[in-house]
Amino acid sequence: MAEIVPLLQTRNLTMRFGGVVAVDDVTFTLGEVELRCLIGPNGAGKSTFFKMLTGQLKPTSGAITFRGTGVAGAASHEIARLGVGIKTQVPNVFNGLSVHENLWIAARRKNTPARTRALVDEVIGKIRLSRKAEAIVGQLSHGERQWVEIGTVLAGEPELILLDEPAAGMTHEEVVRTAEIIRDINTAQALIVVEHDMQFIKMIAKTVTVFHQGRVLMEDTIDVVMRDPRVRDVYLGKKVAA
Amino acid sequence: MATSTRRAISLAAQLAALAAAVAGVLYAPAVVDLFDLMQYTFFAAMCILALSLGFIWGFGGILSFGQTAFFGLGAYAYAVAAINFGDSTPALALAVVVPGLFAAALGYFVFYGRISDVYLGVITLTVTLILFNLVNSTAGDEYRIGAAALGGFNGMPSVPTLNMPFDPETILEPEGAWLATAGALILVYVLLRLILASRFGRVAVAIRENETRAALLGYDPRLYKLLVFVIGGGVAGLGGALYANWGAFVSPTIFALSLSAEIIIWVTIGGLGTLIGPVVGCLIIEMLVARIGAQQAVNANLVLGVILVGFVLLLPKGLVPAVRDVALRGLKAVARRPRLPVGVEAVPAEKPSVAE
Repeated sequence: MAEIVPLLQTRNLTMRFGGVVAVDDVTFTLGEVELRCLIGPNGAGKSTFFKMLTGQLKPTSGAITFRGTGVAGAASHEIARLGVGIKTQVPNVFNGLSVHENLWIAARRKNTPARTRALVDEVIGKIRLSRKAEAIVGQLSHGERQWVEIGTVLAGEPELILLDEPAAGMTHEEVVRTAEIIRDINTAQALIVVEHDMQFIKMIAKTVTVFHQGRVLMEDTIDVVMRDPRVRDVYLGKKVAA
Repeated sequence: MATSTRRAISLAAQLAALAAAVAGVLYAPAVVDLFDLMQYTFFAAMCILALSLGFIWGFGGILSFGQTAFFGLGAYAYAVAAINFGDSTPALALAVVVPGLFAAALGYFVFYGRISDVYLGVITLTVTLILFNLVNSTAGDEYRIGAAALGGFNGMPSVPTLNMPFDPETILEPEGAWLATAGALILVYVLLRLILASRFGRVAVAIRENETRAALLGYDPRLYKLLVFVIGGGVAGLGGALYANWGAFVSPTIFALSLSAEIIIWVTIGGLGTLIGPVVGCLIIEMLVARIGAQQAVNANLVLGVILVGFVLLLPKGLVPAVRDVALRGLKAVARRPRLPVGVEAVPAEKPSVAE
């Protein structure tokens, strides 16, 4: 039997900024249509990890493979075309354009005009912004802009979606809605979600990977991770023997 | 839907404006005396130059301090080709192609080398200076391309003017040159409008808004910016050719920095991010400069400086966006008043009312 190729795999991935090792020798595997949560305190290297996965940073060393294709050091647009979409930590949206135009740009890259129109309508309903379709994104609330960004990612129809703190700055109802959207996405697409909000993690998580000081501290189901004393210590800023 | 109604109204208004512009161009020779008509021909050539910067800066987010480099290359390409071929038709084509290729080569290094925006300004400025000095030092009979002597600082006198396409025997009269130049201006305007409405144009604007997001969606920002830059270079080149045709003369001063600065003033005053703004800005400033030049009381550059400072302080968005904002506010106020005839409902454009 042929070996199963995982959707995403990193091997000994390392990122150094001068003397600082932001991501240190991370080996990570994600299966098809898997939902993985990534947690860890500030500075644990989660966002740097995401930036390497999407070509925004070139890894110092190590390999990244997406369905067997090596993508370490490739340009952002090339990785995006392979089917990786990302919502960044600081919202990256087209602020001066309307909600509709934001989604249209995302959907139009690989679709015909007719299919684009249908896809934009579908996504705009999913993120519940139909009534604000013509609003300029820069004038929306923070939570709404987060959804616009999630919407642009969805409209690109990627195979793997990376969400960096999707629930940050959202009200409770918005957080619940975001969790619904994520579960919905996960019926067909794989996701990696970085989040600090434990309530939110509990709503969506199956497997959780814990980052600490650039390394993978542990990887297990949500219940095991929550009970682990090391994880609690890490969040409280105590020294942990990993 | 209200959106589609609004789009239809907007399209109809634009077509009406276009028809009015065409009618104005055709009608002008009948009502304007020859001296003024030639003055307008000059303005039209300059407006094409204004459009080239308005396009790459306002929609591509690329601030080039050296649009005159492409303008000048276009003028020289036209002059050299027209002298050699004896026909202005291929000369005009070359005046677009040569600056376009030059922009492609320059842009390739700038955008694919990931040089930041600030350095882009420095590089384009420097390239203009280099071209100025280069062409300036081509005096003497050894510097010639085919039959055309470049003439160095003396420039190239008696450049053949436009003839009917592929018919070198029929030279255009000043009226014909006006129709060709103003026609080219309208054509360029329409072409840029169509580009902006296309997928390419919309993605280019998105890249101006957020390059990172565009790349993360799978678009290569370098390629789009390069293409925008090349289009801008070609348009500026066409403007240069029409300018050379207007004066039947071209000299290295066409690469002068003062003109480079002036284009930026046109675009800033008229309104960055619009196409009509740079044209309006160019017309106002050039007419003003022509008026001031006719008397001796104040220096033209002094007035230009005061106008620029005034606009940056009072109307930072420029004339056209400011007028549009005021008009929209007025229309919204009218729309909000109850019991109005049908059709007003479709007017509040831009931002749809949040409360529904």
